[in-house]
Amino acid sequence: MALCLSDKKVLKMSTENTLEHKIDKADLEGKQEYTITVYAENRVGLLNRIAIIFSKRKINIESLNTSPSEIDGIHRFNIVIHESYEVVRKLARQIEKQIEVLKVYFNTNDEIIWQELALYKVSTDEIAEKVTVERLLRQYGASAVVIRKDYTVFAVTGHREETDALVKALEPYELIEFVRSARVAIIKDSAGFHEKLKEFEAFEPGEELVENEFLDKGQKIFTM
Amino acid sequence: METAQDTIQQNEAKAATSKTLFKGTGSQVLLNGLVEEGVTTIFGYPGGAIMPIYDALYDYADKLEHILVRHEQGGIHAAQGFARASGEVGVVFATSGPGATNLVTGLADAQIDSTPLVCITGQVFAHLLGTDAFQETDVINITTPVTKWNYQVTDAKEIQEVLAKAFYIAKSGRPGPVLIDITKNAQLQLEEFPEYVKCNHIRSYRPKPKVRIEYIEQAAELINSAKKPFILFGQGVILGKAEEEFKAFIDKTGIPAAWTIMGEGAIPTSHPLNVGMLGMHGNYGPNVLTNEADVIIAIGMRFDDRVTGRLDKYAKQAKVVHLDIDPAEIDKNVKAEVGVWGDCKETLPLLTNLVNENKHEDWLAKFRQYNQEEIDQVITPELYPTGDEMTMGEVLRNINEICGGDAVIVTDVGQHQMVACRYAKFNNTRSNITSGGLGTMGFGLPAAIGAKYGAPDKTVIAIIGDGGFQMTPQELGTIMQFGAAVKILILNNRFLGMVRQWQQLFHDKRYSFVNITSPDFVALAKSYYIEASKVDERANLRQALETMINHEGSYLLEVMVGRENNVFPMVPQGMSVSEIRLK
Repeated sequence: MALCLSDKKVLKMSTENTLEHKIDKADLEGKQEYTITVYAENRVGLLNRIAIIFSKRKINIESLNTSPSEIDGIHRFNIVIHESYEVVRKLARQIEKQIEVLKVYFNTNDEIIWQELALYKVSTDEIAEKVTVERLLRQYGASAVVIRKDYTVFAVTGHREETDALVKALEPYELIEFVRSARVAIIKDSAGFHEKLKEFEAFEPGEELVENEFLDKGQKIFTM
Repeated sequence: METAQDTIQQNEAKAATSKTLFKGTGSQVLLNGLVEEGVTTIFGYPGGAIMPIYDALYDYADKLEHILVRHEQGGIHAAQGFARASGEVGVVFATSGPGATNLVTGLADAQIDSTPLVCITGQVFAHLLGTDAFQETDVINITTPVTKWNYQVTDAKEIQEVLAKAFYIAKSGRPGPVLIDITKNAQLQLEEFPEYVKCNHIRSYRPKPKVRIEYIEQAAELINSAKKPFILFGQGVILGKAEEEFKAFIDKTGIPAAWTIMGEGAIPTSHPLNVGMLGMHGNYGPNVLTNEADVIIAIGMRFDDRVTGRLDKYAKQAKVVHLDIDPAEIDKNVKAEVGVWGDCKETLPLLTNLVNENKHEDWLAKFRQYNQEEIDQVITPELYPTGDEMTMGEVLRNINEICGGDAVIVTDVGQHQMVACRYAKFNNTRSNITSGGLGTMGFGLPAAIGAKYGAPDKTVIAIIGDGGFQMTPQELGTIMQFGAAVKILILNNRFLGMVRQWQQLFHDKRYSFVNITSPDFVALAKSYYIEASKVDERANLRQALETMINHEGSYLLEVMVGRENNVFPMVPQGMSVSEIRLK
């Protein structure tokens, strides 16, 4: 439900953008979608600490995902917001300031590869009678996850517009349930976090480190 | 085959290793840790969920002095005063529920003013968490926005590591308050503990950004090319213990320097390059000339709105060099041409090396010129009034004359605070203790108690308004019981003066609920066995102040000042700093 709400908001904002562009260009020009990537320790309460940085400034989070990263014990947050560069940069610094946060990146959509996953539950009868499942699967890149007598569940992975398109297509055919995941994103230019982590584990931030101190001397290094 | 001798040797070896281990409760290991961290004074208040810690404290009376405050808010403000006066970490104990929620104002105050604190709160048993148990509150989530770091301990084995981290986080980098919430079972838990190890590294936390020499070079180049350079310094200089480095920098460059309210005292008031206070009630020259300077060098300050006034008309002509330990402060409110990240204790000497020796005589003369105008129109009438009514300024002038600038001045919030910060003389750093960022009324009395413990050899004077005093008067009880020799000076104008001033100037004199009445403060103090007197005539003022300051123990002096005096100069809200009013 939260996702549906934010979804509507995004659509509304984009129309507002085009309308108001003519009236006050300077004000809205800078606002666009940014994906913030946070590398952090996996610690109880950190999600709240990060979330209040946005809510304190009355900034809505459009999408939020948290999951393990490529490194054991380090979590990765993906946060999508619609804001100007200046605001996003300040937010990123405030997030990075939190004790358990290692590093924050923020990127525009052309700097990342991203996906969202959507699931659609429709009546099997309805689908069988009125549309050809095959067409759906092909046209929208959907896959059938479950097919039962009473209902069928389709899955689509893609950008917002792609998952939205299938919602539209299924609307006439009794879309029983719909859910979409948060955005997950990979930064095109990123070389991963392994090298960075070594720097963080060193007492002085060095340029290059031969060994990963944390893995070698885990007991001696404070972790959360 | 094992001989008996071998067995004995083995047993002895075992005994030797177990000596480094400590067997005891979570509470005991916590108190051991505090001793290891060099803590000597704790401000606190017991209660159900922190009883095991207080039980252990009973045996630590020779190592840890516990000051029983009268309210947890008083406890945390006292710890703030202690930290600000001493440069050490302030420590607070409080129980769960209301004990912990009473800390919130102090945490917010310490967070915005970067004061290092470690607060220990008791919490209900871990198995009761989330059951709405008696005196259970979600302290971690309530305090998250107002702490630098917080952590809930549910297992005694975590205590040492968490405490070590808490002290490291509180005092390193940009300091701030840390809260540890310990469930009652962890306090009681019997364990074998290893030796206490202090923390000096957390992988996800970089207290100081790496100093980049290229930015120092750029900053030096800009400073060397400046015709009208101007330094704005804040508490960062004091927190970084960089007063000497700062003085060397301004002495070499000859650049006029003005302070934010939190930076006051980092260099003596009498220093020839100290041109005064910035901001809403700051001095005339520093405000007006902010909009004339060509290069502004901001050091350990954060361009608060009370300093900048209207931001889009603030120093637009100037190129800004900003030195700060907290990268999030650079470009936050004012765009920096050159941002120098780092601890000013390290960056200032590097910068001093690269800047040219200089004297900006003509530019300094401009500050003096504005200062003269302010002296004539504002300062002289305030310090040497001719009317019958006493002014707050003349009280401060008398204090300066008696103490010569060596006292620690703690203020509350309001008109008296602005007057005290404007007119008090300081020879030493860590002598001006005030609630700058949060503006917490009720801060003054408890903070002064803490400051006395933090600087026991200094005269500590708490200057408080009649309104603010009535927010935390219960701490007179703490003075009564533990004897902190705090001099309490109430400047009574029988109004909530600052709000009244705004109502007069901006709300057509509609005095809405600023007319506050007071009890007999002298009788109140005496009921706590604290010496007290009251002055309502100028003729008795000097003598009364001398009596207060020379009195052996604590003393309360109430001075009746003019009812409707205003603090000037003033930058009205929403106006530019150059539109500062002298009346």
